[in-house]
Amino acid sequence: MENLVTRYRNVTILVAILFAQVLGLAIQVRRSSENQSSRLIRVWVVGAITPLEKCIVWSQGGISGIWHNYVYLRGVRQENRDLRDEIERLRLEQVRLTQDAQQAQRLQSLLGFREQFISQTMPAQVIGTSGSEQSRLIYIDKGARDGIGRIADDDADIDRDKDRGDKEKEKGRDKGKDMAVITSAGGVVGKVLYVNRSSSEVLLINDQSSGVGVILEKSRLQGVLKGTASGKVVLDKIMNDEKIELGEKVLTSGGDRIFPKGLLVGTVSEVSSGPESFLKITVKPAADLDRLEEVLVITKKVEQAPSVADEGPIRAVDILTDRLPSVPDKPPADSKPAAPGGTATTSPAAAAGVKAQLSGTHDAKPAGTPATTPKAPSKPAVVPTGMTTKPAASTIKTTNSTTKPAGTPAKAPPKTDSTRENNPQ
Amino acid sequence: MPITYTSNEQIEVYRFSIPVTIGVPIAALFFQAFLPRHFPFFTYFDLPLLVVIFFAIARRSQVTGLLTGAVIGLAQDALTSQPIGLYSLTKTIVGYGASSLGVKLDVENAGARFLVTLFFYLLHEVVYFTVARGMLKMNMHYTWQHELSSAVLNAVVAVALFAVLDRFKQRT
Repeated sequence: MENLVTRYRNVTILVAILFAQVLGLAIQVRRSSENQSSRLIRVWVVGAITPLEKCIVWSQGGISGIWHNYVYLRGVRQENRDLRDEIERLRLEQVRLTQDAQQAQRLQSLLGFREQFISQTMPAQVIGTSGSEQSRLIYIDKGARDGIGRIADDDADIDRDKDRGDKEKEKGRDKGKDMAVITSAGGVVGKVLYVNRSSSEVLLINDQSSGVGVILEKSRLQGVLKGTASGKVVLDKIMNDEKIELGEKVLTSGGDRIFPKGLLVGTVSEVSSGPESFLKITVKPAADLDRLEEVLVITKKVEQAPSVADEGPIRAVDILTDRLPSVPDKPPADSKPAAPGGTATTSPAAAAGVKAQLSGTHDAKPAGTPATTPKAPSKPAVVPTGMTTKPAASTIKTTNSTTKPAGTPAKAPPKTDSTRENNPQ
Repeated sequence: MPITYTSNEQIEVYRFSIPVTIGVPIAALFFQAFLPRHFPFFTYFDLPLLVVIFFAIARRSQVTGLLTGAVIGLAQDALTSQPIGLYSLTKTIVGYGASSLGVKLDVENAGARFLVTLFFYLLHEVVYFTVARGMLKMNMHYTWQHELSSAVLNAVVAVALFAVLDRFKQRT
């Protein structure tokens, strides 16, 4: 027997190692997602590879920053002028949207809605990938040390983890799990799978193990968005008899408790009959998942009912005033003509409101902007149907103090009587 | 004829310095993880596999070959979201096979390296898909055209890569 083992030593070692690997795989499959036993290997390998990636990405960023910020500044003056014009136009538009939002908040409050708002995001740079076609995940340069995983009362725990042993490191990897990751344009990218000390792993929405609760913008049908083995994104669990239009926008439904409601996921690119009386709907992701460079990690969400404290209760007389026809105010003598794309001049009160909003958005309570607004001011104010399903915009507070609207897909504002909108009676 | 049968005495066995033994696999893993960020098509390549084949053939030791495959595969597994052991298992087999071939055949020239890499890439894919589907019940996207084109691309890259890595060989 001993001679046999000695004679076939190499084969014996091969069989022993293969057996150990198969056993290890079987244990992991049995334990499903709780693969605590393999975390340490991942921590070590990621710890060895990501510093190199971060170093190169940092160098690239530095060089391109020098080029773009110091050398290549042609056309900046013109661009600045254009942006100023754009700001003016957006200010006017914001006044009108603010009024719509306040009205929607009042209605939501009456109906007892509770919504999730994005209250804090963290910008991160993509530094690497899994390098495998079968596993679609990316690595970002922010980890527990940068604040990912610090959810509410976990702050102190993460700091303590730094000084603890490897087992604690493994636990730390779970803390930021399931944080949503989006692009700066609002397209959904995926969710945080594991958090390391200085990097995090993000599972993309086109990985076959991912799932996102979504809703179609027009038809309001809800389903589950999944990745396929080939890297496509398909919408599942929609019955064959439903009518889906190509190009229809797909938004997050908020049902998965990971992605806030109303974030743009993509557009329907193909519809065909699938198995078991379900449609096979292919979705083109809004984010270019193959060429991601920078992403935003939603580090904090706030769930609350829309606040209407400043507005006070709606009086019947206010509603009646809105409904009754009235003569618009005369514009002030020194008022300017309407800006392109804008609607009309802004009253001093409204302008003051805009200034206050622009300066105080970071600390202000999140203001949801409903996608559904009354089509005309003369219509009744209460629109109960649709409010439950239409996406609500959210206020993003990034760590570098930039506020961006997120979640609400670009949608042309409804045409309204501009005089009434901008000069409230 | 590029591949020639040789006796054990005729075959030269090479070794590598410790920095090369550690650095080359780490570099392969790094490029495999980093380059697809800029060039998505790079996922067609499997640099860690090419490194396993190269070391296994050059060292001509079956135990060293399979251990090299196991370790590099393990590291590659760690970068994915899949269970640890999938790449490790396949690369162990490839490492063992490549070193066994290296013992018997002279695969030093470009033609031989092309064919050997082509064969072992396909073997790698077959084992990978078998384990992934059969044992882990993973849903795999599998087309012969894709696999063949990937195999040819990897074989072409292997010829160039092996020529570079030849510079680090040390005679025993």
